[in-house]
Formats: sequence, C-alpha cells, structure tokens
Amino acid sequence: MSGGENGGATHAVDEAERREQPAHFAFDEESERRIPDILARYPEAKRASAVIPLLWLVQDQMRRQTGSAWVPKVAMDVVAARLGMAPIRVYEVATFYFMFNTRPIGRYHLQVCGTTPCMLRGSEEVARACRDATGIKAYGETSADGMFTLTEVECLGACVNAPVLQVDLDYYEDLDYESTVRLIESLRRGERPKPGSVTGRQASAPAGERTTLLDVPGE
Amino acid sequence: MAKVTVDGIEVEVPNGATVLQACEAAGKEIPRFCYHERLSIAGNCRMCLVELEKAPKPIASCAYPVADGMVIRTDSPMVRNARRGVMEFLLINHPLDCPICDQGGECDLQDQAYAYGMDRSRFREAKRSVKDKYVGPLIKTIMTRCIHCTRCIRFSQEVAGVPELGATGRGEAMEVGTYVEQALHTELSGNLIDICPVGALTSRPYAYVSRPWELRKTDSVDVLDAVGCNIRVDSRGPEVLRILPRTNDEVNEEWLGDRSRFAIDGLKRRRLDRPWVRKDGRLAPATWPEAFAAIARRLTALPGHRIGAVAGDLADAEAIIALKDLMAALGSANLDCRQDGAALDASRRDFYLFNTSIAGIEEADALLIVGSNPRVEAPVLNARIRKRAIAGKPFPVGYIGPRVVNLTYPADHLGEGPAALRALLGGAHPFAETLRKAERPMLILGRGAVARADGAAVLAAAWRLAVETGMLKPDWHGFNLLHLFGGQVGALDLGFVPGEGGKDLAAMLAGDVDALWLLGADGFDPARIPPSTFVIYQGHHGDRAAARADVILPGAAYTEKDGTYVNTEGRVQRGYLAVHPPGEAREDWRIIRAFSEGIGRRLPYDDLAGLRARLVEANPVFGTVGTLERRGGADLRGPAGDPAAMGESPFVLPIANYYQADAISRASDTMAECARVYGSGAHARLAAE
Repeated sequence: MSGGENGGATHAVDEAERREQPAHFAFDEESERRIPDILARYPEAKRASAVIPLLWLVQDQMRRQTGSAWVPKVAMDVVAARLGMAPIRVYEVATFYFMFNTRPIGRYHLQVCGTTPCMLRGSEEVARACRDATGIKAYGETSADGMFTLTEVECLGACVNAPVLQVDLDYYEDLDYESTVRLIESLRRGERPKPGSVTGRQASAPAGERTTLLDVPGE
Repeated sequence: MAKVTVDGIEVEVPNGATVLQACEAAGKEIPRFCYHERLSIAGNCRMCLVELEKAPKPIASCAYPVADGMVIRTDSPMVRNARRGVMEFLLINHPLDCPICDQGGECDLQDQAYAYGMDRSRFREAKRSVKDKYVGPLIKTIMTRCIHCTRCIRFSQEVAGVPELGATGRGEAMEVGTYVEQALHTELSGNLIDICPVGALTSRPYAYVSRPWELRKTDSVDVLDAVGCNIRVDSRGPEVLRILPRTNDEVNEEWLGDRSRFAIDGLKRRRLDRPWVRKDGRLAPATWPEAFAAIARRLTALPGHRIGAVAGDLADAEAIIALKDLMAALGSANLDCRQDGAALDASRRDFYLFNTSIAGIEEADALLIVGSNPRVEAPVLNARIRKRAIAGKPFPVGYIGPRVVNLTYPADHLGEGPAALRALLGGAHPFAETLRKAERPMLILGRGAVARADGAAVLAAAWRLAVETGMLKPDWHGFNLLHLFGGQVGALDLGFVPGEGGKDLAAMLAGDVDALWLLGADGFDPARIPPSTFVIYQGHHGDRAAARADVILPGAAYTEKDGTYVNTEGRVQRGYLAVHPPGEAREDWRIIRAFSEGIGRRLPYDDLAGLRARLVEANPVFGTVGTLERRGGADLRGPAGDPAAMGESPFVLPIANYYQADAISRASDTMAECARVYGSGAHARLAAE
C-alpha cells in the first residue's frame, strides 16, 4: 500500500533518487585495511561512535571507485550492520552532516563559503565564476559534463584568507573571479593546483608588506 | 527527598525527580509536547519552561533535576512570556489546517495555543511543507504538522523495540520518518497516534470519520488478546468508530495492540443479525421462536450425555455460566472451552494463570519463554517484558521455540522443542543455573506449547522446572501460562471443562455427542464435526463454524454487551455495552436464559445482578472485579501429567498471523490489509535478516 485514501503518502525518496542508488555495497580492501584502526579508537561497548569515520570511509571509497564521493543507502546499511546499530540511526547521522553526500555528486565538489567574512571579501564573485565556468545554474546542481557539483557551505574557518573555495578536501584561498575560473579550468584538465592562497602569500601572513613588528631589534 | 516550593506550595519529591514532576506533585499543570512520562526525556520542545529562583533564564522543567530548597514559579510573567515565545516558534511552520485535521478537538498543540498562542502571526516568510511519509497501513501521516517532539521516535525505539523511526536532515530540513519508506514492523503502531501531540500521525481507518465531541465514550475491556487491556469504546449511533486504550498501570499502562485497536471494522461485517435454521440442507432465515423450537425438538429428544457444549475464545463469563447451567439442567457434563485442545489443568487456578502478574514482570530477574511468542500473542505484555529488559539491571531471557522470532529484546535460543526443556530439567544446561541463581525467576509457558498431544507432559515439565529453579516461593510465583484470548481464562475459572463422566472436545468431535452447542466457538475446524451431529451456533460472526450450524442464534460482540472477562493474570474486569447488537441479535446470556424457559428448565436468574451473583457463587473470584491479589507459590504440587512423556516434535506457535486471529479480525478489512502488507511472517523474517 503506497497511497490509499491518504493520497499523500508519497515516498520521500522518489523514483529518480531510487534509480541512482546502487543495489550493493561492500568495503574494498583499502577500506577494510583502515577499519580496524578506526574501531580501535572506541571502547567495544561504544562502537557506534565509529559511525562518522566509517561513513567518511564509504564516501572516500565511492570517490575511488566511481569518481563521485557520496554515501549510498546500501552503504549506510553496511555501516549499521558493521557497528551493530539500527540502520535508521546511521541514516540520521548521514543526513545530518552536510559533508556526507547522500546523492551522487560530480567529480569535483566545489564548496563556496558564503559566510560573512567571505561574503564581504567577494564570495559572490567566486560563486559567479563557478557558475560561469561550469555552466551550473544554482547551488546543489551538478554540471552537465558531470565534472562539478556546486554547493554553498557555512564558515570554513579560513576567514583570514577569504574568500575561500573548498574543492573536495582542499582549500583554495584569496580567490577572485579570474583566479576561480583559472582554478576550475585547470581542474577540468585534470590538474590539481597546489592548495592554499592563490595569490602566493604564505599561510595567513599579511597580503602585502609587513605592517607590524617593523622595529624588530637587530634587524 | 527534596523539599521544593512551587508557587508557594511546599512539596517533597524524591531526589532525582524532575522539576516538572515536582510541579505536578504541587498540582500545577505544566504544558508539554515532547515530555511523556513513559518515554525517555528529550527536552526539545521547550514548552515546559518555568522560572527557577536565582536562575538567569527560564528552565525546561522536564529535563531539570530537583534540588533541595528550589523555589519555582510556574505562572510568573517571565514564564508566560517564555511559553508564548515557544508557542510562536512552534506555530511558525505548523499549518493552520485545524478544521480539516483529525486531531482537532483532542490536540495538545491546539489546546496550548488557546493558552499561549497569539491571534496573529509575525512570520512573513514561506512556511515549510514536508512530504508525507509512509509508515504502514494503519497510520496516516501529515508531516507538515509535525513539531519534532520526537515522541514517536522514542516510542518505537524504547517501547515497541523497533528502532525504525528517526529524524533525518537537520534544521529546517529535519524530517521524521523511516527514511526508507517502509511500514513499521510493530504490533503497537496504533499507539503512535495517541502519543503524537499534534495531527502528524493519525489513524488511517478513522480519517475524516468523526470529531471527538460527537462520540459516546464507553469504558470497556479488550478481549482480542488475553492481556485484558483497558479500553474506551468510542461510538456514534449504532457504530463503533474507534477504540482507544485507557490507562491502567497494572495491565496495559497506556498501550494497546493493533488488532485490538483496528479490528473494529470487523464488528460491522459478516454479522449474524437474525436467527437461521437449516431446512432441507440449507440455512434459512427464521424467527427466534422458530429457532428455539428447532433446538428444543432436537435437544429434548436426546439424553443429557449425548449433548455437548463448547465455549469460544471471546465469550463473556455471563454467557459461559448460563450455558454451563443450561447444560447441567439438560443433564450434560460434556463441556469444553479448550478449542485448541490445550492440556490445561483447571483443578487449581495457578496451573493456568499468569501468576507473576503483568506488573510483576518488572520485578523479575530472569525469564524463560517456552513455546510462545509473546510479541504476537500479547504485544502489550511483551512491551512490559521489554521494559524490564532495558531497565538496566541484568535480565537474562531464555527462549524455547521456533528459531526465527524477534522478541524485541535479546534472548538466548535454547532449543526448538521439549528436548531443551528436558535439558533444563536435568540441570545440565547452563541456563538452568541462571534461573536457579536468580532471585525472582519466571517462566512463560505458551498456550500453544500445551495444545499438542504431549501437552500435559509439557505442562508438568514446565511446572517441575519452576519448582526446581526456585520460581515458586511464598511471596513470588514465577510460573505463568500465557493465554491467547479474553474469554479463555473466564471459562476455566467457571470450570467449563468436562464434568464427572463428561467428554472433552476431542471426544465430542469423535461422535460421542449428537448435539453440539457452540458458544462463539470458531477456534477449530468445523469439518471435524461428524455430519450427523446437530450443531447450534450461538455467536456474532458468520465465521467458520456458523456455516456448519443447523441453527444459528445471533449473539452480541464484546462491544455490545455488559460482560465480565478474566485476563491471563486472573484479573476479573468488566466491559460495558457501547452499542446495541445489530438486528435481532441479543446478549448471549439472555438467549440461553430465554431458551431455558422455553424448554421448561428455567435458569434461576432474571437480570444481570442475579446472574452475577451466580457467577460469584460459582467462583468467588468473580466478586473481585478490577483488583488482583498477587499470588505466592506456596503449594508446590504440580498439575497432572508426566514430564517424561514429552515427545520430540518442536513447538509450533499458535498464532501465525497476528492480524487475523479471531472471528472479528478475520472479518476486518483493515486487518486484511495489514496481513497483506506485513505478510504472516514479516516480523519473523525481519529477525532473520
């Protein structure tokens, strides 16, 4: 019975989403190698604590195997079984954290920080550059070539080098429209530019000349 | 104890109590949505805010432990203001669809909005809307109404023991559901409707049927399982529209099984609403005098010992005693109420009762279940076992029966048949040691385990095990028989078993009687009745046995008569007439009484009071309505039967399909739908995965 007289008993996971879910998932050798280390971090009775690291492992394995870093439902079931949890408890965690993608994404996950410092320093330009360079219309979409998924994220904690774009796990900082387009172009060519400030400044050192500690004795 | 002052009233509450409990002890009503006294504390709705002296902010009273000397105000301007703020937030995303909401009139949010709501909204943005979820054929969901109190999540995890509901997403995107859109695998799902403080989870069969103020409410007792859940029958005109549980901490707390709650549409279908008499091989409509005359012609021509009577599983004590007296007047001792052939020993009450009592389960510290799946046979009782199992102190549970059963709490599978019982009896099995070491061990013997050829041996073996492992003590009785339906214990209490020289059901079906009076007896295959036997079927549903009858006497279902029932613990409870029986159907004892007068053997009671006096005379326990005296197990002498005679065949559970186990639920479309969705063994399959 899917509807009955209720009519509205619609399925949250609609047909399109159902189709993209794989039928099967199993940890590969690489993941299995890492699992004992993760489980060893928690007491036996609190094995459920390992749910986030294991989901992370799933996402990493999916990136390796399919080029799309996401967590399918069957994989959540595998994690639940591995940790002796009810599957729904894993679904709750996986859907709570934005860093877990519960639907397939593009090869590169472009995460634009839109929080105040980045916004003041031009994150809207970065986002516009992402849209222009990839053809994506709005946040949450994947480009037609399947290369990029664009999302807006909250503060990435790199405000000193705002605006920031996180590509998968790497931070690219001090971006503007042109440098963002250049970054995306090189990603498209299969290159991985060195993460960090694109203007070349060291860590969060001042962008230009030194402005403090000018009278250091002995200098 | 902590001394707390609430609005100037000084109360003493135990240490560890919450501020909310202290306020209730002082007689103050605290509004709440997420807090439920039978569930864990969530503290997320914030409606129960109170002012605590010297605290800078209002506190959530449900999640705040008391301390000695606290001064609390529940009705200060600060409190009222804070609650108004909370209410405004709750209403931001709650739709204004009360006029079409089935919860209307009995909605916590609606009620509280009268006290703390504003008459307008300051929220100008778009309200969120949430897709409805599918959680099974019994629950209708309108998830936009959900206020995220998480009561349903906690109920399914803690009470029902099926952690399948959860909150996915976060913030504005948070949604309550199963994520995978499947029906909840529980027999207690109807309780989600009661527990939901808003109209997010409502009854699917009852959708748009009625408003609470249109209903006549009759307190009664459920008979569709042997727990004797206290219920309220809500009716309008001649129709029972819904059944809700009533709170009784000693029996059902405030829960009710799905069959007991949702089988009510079966009360309207396949009903026997007029007498029928078989003429020339076909049943034809008849009048009461014609039906009585047809029976009288046949019965008065027979000697008493060629007449037999069988009491059904849902029969009330009044009808049973009337039928027993009628049979005595006709000179027959051929009585039986054990349609399943259960080898029950009715000679002593504690041989066939759930002696520990349902509330007593919480005091037990070890449990052995033999040939029973309480989850299906008595879901509410199973919830009590689960409550004990998760209460913290160790509670080892052993289970003997079919392997694939999910009891909702951990249990050691000790074996499938009597062999495991034999191993325990020898003391060789480690679980026997567990039982012996326990202070208050208990054993639940399923009725299915004694309804077999070697039933008497199994019964005796279980009793002996109870004696050997110290389950019988002066202040503790750990031997329990779990019955299946509400009329079974009452019949045993009234001695509706073969009298001196009387024949049991098997003998009666073997052709030892020429006439058989079936009082709602649908529990056995009527094809077993020899063709030459004259069958009188008195009952309310045209189920299995009615088709075989030569005369049908239309009786009343449990919602249609004042009846007395005894639950599996031996607790005598009363149900009351909520609606009148349909058509020409009558209360069962009146039918028997009228018939007795027609054949000149008038039964000596004219009214209910007289009949109930007769009940007390037959068994004084019928004078103790509603109360239950806890029994000790002082007398160790066991029931008749030789434990050595146990066979080898594994135990078979008596109820394969929870949703269609009796005449009423077999007539119910709702239950048929449940049986289709869940399949007969869906719950068991879940366990196997």
